[in-house]
Amino acid sequence: MTDLTKLSLADASKGLKAKSFTATELTGAYLKAIEAANPSLNAYVAVTPEQALDMAKASDEKLVQGQGGALEGIPVGIKDLFGTKGVHTQAASHILDGFKPEYESTVTSNLWRDGAVMLGKLNMDEFAMGSSNETSYYGPVVSPFRAEGSNAGLVPGGSSGGSAAAVSAWLCAGATATDTGGSIRQPAALTGTVGMKPTYGRCSRWGVVAFASSLDQAGPIARTVEDAALLMTSMSGFDPKDSTSVDIAVPDFAAAVERGVKGLTIGVPREYRMDGMPGEIEKLWSQGLEWLKAEGAVVKDISLPHTKYALPAYYIVAPAEASSNLARYDGVKYGLRVSGKDITDMYELTRAAGFGREVKRRIMIGTYVLSAGYFDAYYVKAQKVRTLIKKDFEDAFNAGVDAILTPATPSTAFGIGDETLAADPVAMYMQDVFTVTVNMAGLPGIAVPAGKDAKGLPLGLQLIGKPFDEETLFAAGRVIEKAAGGDFAPKQWW
Amino acid sequence: MSVDAATVKRIGRLARIRIEEGEVEGYRNELNAILGFVEQLGEVNVDGVEPMTSVTPMSLRRRDDVISDGGYPEKIVSNAPLTEDNFFMVPKVIE
Repeated sequence: MTDLTKLSLADASKGLKAKSFTATELTGAYLKAIEAANPSLNAYVAVTPEQALDMAKASDEKLVQGQGGALEGIPVGIKDLFGTKGVHTQAASHILDGFKPEYESTVTSNLWRDGAVMLGKLNMDEFAMGSSNETSYYGPVVSPFRAEGSNAGLVPGGSSGGSAAAVSAWLCAGATATDTGGSIRQPAALTGTVGMKPTYGRCSRWGVVAFASSLDQAGPIARTVEDAALLMTSMSGFDPKDSTSVDIAVPDFAAAVERGVKGLTIGVPREYRMDGMPGEIEKLWSQGLEWLKAEGAVVKDISLPHTKYALPAYYIVAPAEASSNLARYDGVKYGLRVSGKDITDMYELTRAAGFGREVKRRIMIGTYVLSAGYFDAYYVKAQKVRTLIKKDFEDAFNAGVDAILTPATPSTAFGIGDETLAADPVAMYMQDVFTVTVNMAGLPGIAVPAGKDAKGLPLGLQLIGKPFDEETLFAAGRVIEKAAGGDFAPKQWW
Repeated sequence: MSVDAATVKRIGRLARIRIEEGEVEGYRNELNAILGFVEQLGEVNVDGVEPMTSVTPMSLRRRDDVISDGGYPEKIVSNAPLTEDNFFMVPKVIE
């Protein structure tokens, strides 16, 4: 029998419906793959085999009668940030030790409604703060990719590094992820997978552990554009329980995938051509534009003048919101508690022991910029800059641009424990330089694998769309995926 | 703007995170690196620009002020480190 884990989500779904194999067989194949790979890759922080097989059995009962939802019997991995009832939900943090929610997040509820099967919870940077998956309390995720001729461990990117590594290494058919500054698109780009960050408000935030509420958005990571579209259709939708959820119809995103780009205008922002950009990334970007032109798109130079201010503004807004959201971890309601001589002592000791260094650093920055005397100079100023960043995009779209093409990341994957990055927090923050603008403006963005560097490591391109026009991004992403030729599978070493 | 050791300790107290004496210098350097990085926002002219309050053009949705959920205190406290009779237990706060 063919290796079921190697099938795309779309093909697995066809195979299940045609009764070529059962959901139990497919789930069993993934559980076996996880068991073999996880000691090397550390992509899952919790595997739920019994629950997975129960869900698969329920799917088989429907499938045998020719029934079932759009994702019936499809095994998926869930980022540890999503609340899953009765199952490990710790945002890969020590402070949430033992937390098993009494509720299910809306996004995962939507997936189960459509028949998906949960394999387990995926590793991530602690509270989604990081670009390398090294801040996890459960240790770093190791990328399934290695540089040619080297056995050194590389990062899968972050914060959704477990999601990206698991999808790339065939440890799930697709995964949920979240993106606050690039946490879906950057790991997707570094692992040769497809990652879609939807428009803010498209996917409910209800039941997802909050990092920076005005920026957080859930989305899928998958092996193909079509697979990402199938997951996204299920994950999306209005939710009265999230006050920023937008009440707008969810299209069948998969139906848009083969729509093509004929007649579309693709913007090329000159501000993304940064000093010191590696030649191979610049070359890939030009190649991407040629591919889109060859399929009938028109390419147009545009300017997004406030681009360089997006990252500094982000490092005010996101920590400010995080310092507020993470105030709830106090040793009283859930998770870790370290006793002290009085209640303040208990709070301080619990939070000192429970949060990792990067999380503490961001809470402290956030506390500082929100403190008396600094609020206007930092937070209000950053929110004004954010208005200007959004206006840059609006001007481009009003001038007839349908989507914008940029590189996804400033480099390919780097080594685990990179000393230059460890010594300078700002250097690591630069990983999000091309993605963070999209969160600041609430727009949709997709990362699609498009090429490889000289060492055989994947490189991605990013497409940025108009609010709620993810369909155009899936269509244009598919054109790039097709043109790039599609061999972005890692060489199995684990 | 940059922070000194006393400010690092003050932020730690505000954030309810214990900063040990030996950690102060490390945090001071890291916070100053980040504050130095965000300083470039000073170049941007924001005269007459409204601060963003909602990234999507929508007003906050409201619902009727009625009880729509609840009645399960045992679930609310089920993850707490210390409880008694469905109450969260904390160290004594009133003398």
